[in-house]
Amino acid sequence: MPEQDPSARPRIRELAEIGGRTDTRDVLAHATAQAHREYDDYFIVDIDAHVSEDHFWAEVLELIDNDVWRHIGMDQLGKFAGNNALLNIQPGMSQQSVGGRIGHQGRKEPLDGVTGHPFVGAARRGMDAMGLDYQVVFPSAMLLLGMHPQDEIEVVLGRAFNRWLTEVVLPQDDRLKGMLYLPYNTPEACEELVERYAGDDGIIGYTVCSTRNNPVHSDVYTRLYKLIEDSGKPLAFHSGYHWGDPSFAQLNRFLSMHALSFTHYNQIHVTNWIINAMPERFPKLRMVWVESGLAWIPFLMQRLDHEVLMRPSEAPGLTRLPSEYMRDMWYTSQPMERTSMELLEAGMKAFGAETQLLYSSDWPHWDWDAPSTITRLPFLSEQAKRNILGLNAARVFNLPTDRRKPAAQRVLQDRPGIS
Amino acid sequence: MSAAQHEIVVAGLADLEERERLVVEVDGVELGIYFHAGEVRAWHNVCPHQGGPVCQGKIMPRTVQTVREDRKNGGPAFHPSDRTIVCPWHGFEFDIGTGRHPSAPGIGLRPIPVRVQGDDVIVTIRGDQPGFPGR
Repeated sequence: MPEQDPSARPRIRELAEIGGRTDTRDVLAHATAQAHREYDDYFIVDIDAHVSEDHFWAEVLELIDNDVWRHIGMDQLGKFAGNNALLNIQPGMSQQSVGGRIGHQGRKEPLDGVTGHPFVGAARRGMDAMGLDYQVVFPSAMLLLGMHPQDEIEVVLGRAFNRWLTEVVLPQDDRLKGMLYLPYNTPEACEELVERYAGDDGIIGYTVCSTRNNPVHSDVYTRLYKLIEDSGKPLAFHSGYHWGDPSFAQLNRFLSMHALSFTHYNQIHVTNWIINAMPERFPKLRMVWVESGLAWIPFLMQRLDHEVLMRPSEAPGLTRLPSEYMRDMWYTSQPMERTSMELLEAGMKAFGAETQLLYSSDWPHWDWDAPSTITRLPFLSEQAKRNILGLNAARVFNLPTDRRKPAAQRVLQDRPGIS
Repeated sequence: MSAAQHEIVVAGLADLEERERLVVEVDGVELGIYFHAGEVRAWHNVCPHQGGPVCQGKIMPRTVQTVREDRKNGGPAFHPSDRTIVCPWHGFEFDIGTGRHPSAPGIGLRPIPVRVQGDDVIVTIRGDQPGFPGR
């Protein structure tokens, strides 16, 4: 090759492999670049993210208000259970990272030198890198607690987590918001929590982990729903998986179980909610369905409509078709199935995505979605994209829409730039 | 060669052979250069899925399904020679040599022209290629 003019020599910089310890801002640098080019002026709210609270599980356990359960939890923490103390998740069956291929699932990012609590520092890095104005954080480790055979453990952990969230995390950055964990297997405990936190500004709604076998139309929840409706804050059902469920025990791959179970639990809860005419009894209660993707929604709308038309005597409380009630609900976007744009577009039209869809990232879980998953949809109008990414959430959760995030260009400049 | 293209030496062949993979940013264009089975390949560091930094993930043996002589399941196994590039964002996998997804050959990485001259690994960067990744 001819010798190059030194002044014209290209600038070559090597980039390191990305793994579980890589700085979030480097992992997400391509998302920041997307924000810089495509959506830096959008107002964006992420309704579902998880950061990595399991690294701070000891802080949650310390806040358990029952001496005996706190003692057992702390004892387990220091011995065989570690950050899974008191929890019913099965680490050996947690195969989300695909054998370590996806490093940010269960990440162990060094957070030395971050301002404030390291959880908040990690969350802020993610928010800035993705171009988010607000982020709702929810505990990954507690997503399966509804299947815990010991109801009182769900109650003590729910109370402790809510204290940690509202006393330790949320006061440090008002871009972070929380959805209160409701220990739904014990309705009275849920009622106490709603009454205690209804006026907390950091708590913008309430979450039930969907992975459980409780009929949502049961009268044991009537007072709870009334309290939530009166609070003016939404009730979300966050889906999940449970390989121990007999139907899913037939599935031999995490992929298969994950594909079906995350839609399964919310389909059951939506079906019970509508067929038992709960929207007629609680017309002002805003319902949000989290982390089931979107493909199940048009299926269930059409399926329930068809059944109700044939068997109206079994759903006598309904004054409209199920699909019409479902169009009054809100849905989070992730994990958004998009191998067929025709199906996705039809599905979004079916439930009115322009007003009913809420962007969610699910970061740092393995199947997270960047905001560009919405901005790059070819069939959405500019206004629809802005609604889905943040303005719908602002309406549902009563959030101000002034800009809270730093400029994407500045985030790119400030990142370590090693990876 | 048009004026919009630049040939750039990005690595030494012996170094690349030893390391198997090198990811670099050249004047704002990110690319991964690979040495595998005696061949050199270069791919844009942009996953076709969501624009993730695909070349900065792990390199893994391709997982194959084995079937025994009686057609019963022999379990999963690692292919003895095929290697895949794994996107660290969501786990999309691509064959190092072809850039194709193992389950969906229609989905693939965008190639960058690369050649070896002596010990120099030389890529051709087009001036109209994205100045910053994430597309």
